Amino acid sequence: MKKLVKGNIALCDGALDAGLKAYFGYPITPQTEIPEYLAKKMVEQNKVFVQAESEIAAANMVLGAVATGVRAMTSSASPGISLKQEAISYMAALELPAVVVNVQRGGPGLGNIAGSQSDYFQAVKGGGHGDYKILVLAPNSVQEMYEMGYDSFDLSQKYRIPVMILSDGIIGQMMEPVEYNRQAKADFPAQDWALTGCAGRQPRSLKSLLMKEGILEQHNLVLQKKYKLIMQEEVKYENFMTEDASIIVAAFGISSRVAKSAVKEARTAGIKAGLLRPKTLFPFPYEVIASLAKPNVKFLTVELNHGQMVEDVRLAVNGKCSVDFLGRAGGAVIGEQEVIDKIKSMRG
Amino acid sequence: MQKFLSKPESLTDAEFTFCPGCGHGIVHRLIAECIDELDIREKTIAVAPVGCAVFAYNYFNFDVTEAPHGRPPAVATGIKRTNPDKFVFTYQGDGDIAAIGMAETIHAANRGENISIIFINNANYGMTGGQMAPTTLLGQVTQTTPFGRDPKREGYPIQLCELLVNLEGVAYLERVAIHNPKEILNAKRAIKKSFECQIAGQGFSLVEVISNCPVDWGMTPLDSIKWAEEKFIKAFPLGIIKDKTNAK
Repeated sequence: MKKLVKGNIALCDGALDAGLKAYFGYPITPQTEIPEYLAKKMVEQNKVFVQAESEIAAANMVLGAVATGVRAMTSSASPGISLKQEAISYMAALELPAVVVNVQRGGPGLGNIAGSQSDYFQAVKGGGHGDYKILVLAPNSVQEMYEMGYDSFDLSQKYRIPVMILSDGIIGQMMEPVEYNRQAKADFPAQDWALTGCAGRQPRSLKSLLMKEGILEQHNLVLQKKYKLIMQEEVKYENFMTEDASIIVAAFGISSRVAKSAVKEARTAGIKAGLLRPKTLFPFPYEVIASLAKPNVKFLTVELNHGQMVEDVRLAVNGKCSVDFLGRAGGAVIGEQEVIDKIKSMRG
Repeated sequence: MQKFLSKPESLTDAEFTFCPGCGHGIVHRLIAECIDELDIREKTIAVAPVGCAVFAYNYFNFDVTEAPHGRPPAVATGIKRTNPDKFVFTYQGDGDIAAIGMAETIHAANRGENISIIFINNANYGMTGGQMAPTTLLGQVTQTTPFGRDPKREGYPIQLCELLVNLEGVAYLERVAIHNPKEILNAKRAIKKSFECQIAGQGFSLVEVISNCPVDWGMTPLDSIKWAEEKFIKAFPLGIIKDKTNAK
């Protein structure tokens, strides 16, 4: 049975079904429904909810909770995500499974409260200090807010890595019917690295200060090996009518919804257009884009920013065909007609 | 021959690598003795700070996590809220707790988090080589106050316990010192009381330990003891600052 819900609420329901035990957050538009909804739900279900004094504290509370092996999450919007980068870098270094949600708004600075996709670089290229990656999921519907809200916990635990759900103010705020298609979970096996008190075993420690010669390099190599494995195993994308396409639109999140409508419209106008939508931004679908990049094909990347994911599309295409870009930032939205016009102009 | 004194089980065999005359080793041992005596080693999860005490996980023989600079009270909140049956304490220096982590400290205290904080106040940043701390005394020369701490330029030393005293969530605050055996025994009593406060579920407690840092103070260990006694504890008076552990 489907239920009509808001994106931010669907995300919470996904996390709750995945066995969320603790949520730590701070109010910021356009994600405030998440702490508001969980303030009630978590307490009703005898779980942990803390409104932290800052985004910094909220992310570090998550660090403490997940260090003990429980499922914990924090959420914010762009300026608040900048503050969480400290803890994200530490959690990446400590190999801790945490879920961080970014319901992106316009930036830079305080920006505005409209939906945006300007935090792509921050999410997939590091964000905090040090050489690390986090797994980044990009929902493009309220349904996927639920599904990725759920799946992010299993992924983070499987690889012991922070997972970011890179949503935006539009998906967070809009309402769509959701099929609750995931099994609710509550019990999880003990983690052999978690800090639980040393009863019946040797004490464990979690540390990222690795001062002896060579050991930090070794730790970095361990992390890189993990990222490589994730790149092999976890790439997810939607491939829509690209087989015979001569113009392939690449877009993630809310932009992909606009792009898909434009592609359908272009098809009815006789233009062979297609859509490639990454669902995971790290790992990025370099290989499939590379395989689609042929001399008779043109790529168009559509984003609500001034050109971020397009850099990865260009890397994947590697000069084998042209890569065009259409983007607006600062909370401005690209209309379907703008994309259609762009596709038509590219047809030449 | 009878063995009447041995290393606490809560300390590992690792040798302390602290500087000569440093107070950290003494306080580590006091904590370990208290945890042994309360028989809570196997349910302890400690949080180490950034600074000289970051190496706590090498010396404590129980579960320890690192935290970013100043964030131990937030990390401890995450641990304790999800594991209320565990014993959780943070070990923090003056810069960690009262400069970069002041917000985390005040709000954990105000929420009455049922955790213990052992706060080492040695009036300077030790790990980085002796710069001004929030607790540096007026007139004290450090690497970043080469002319002595001037309140017009650097403000005043922060008395953290006195700052926290009016917060309802705070159950117990005491300032102790370790510059002589009598004070060391008293410090142990205070640390144990803080731990018992948490075990009894009475809320937030903090023990501030006035500690020596002779190398960064530019003194011999003996001179540093004299300075602690004659100057340091005059600026930071010892004693119980708040105790509502027995209040109903």
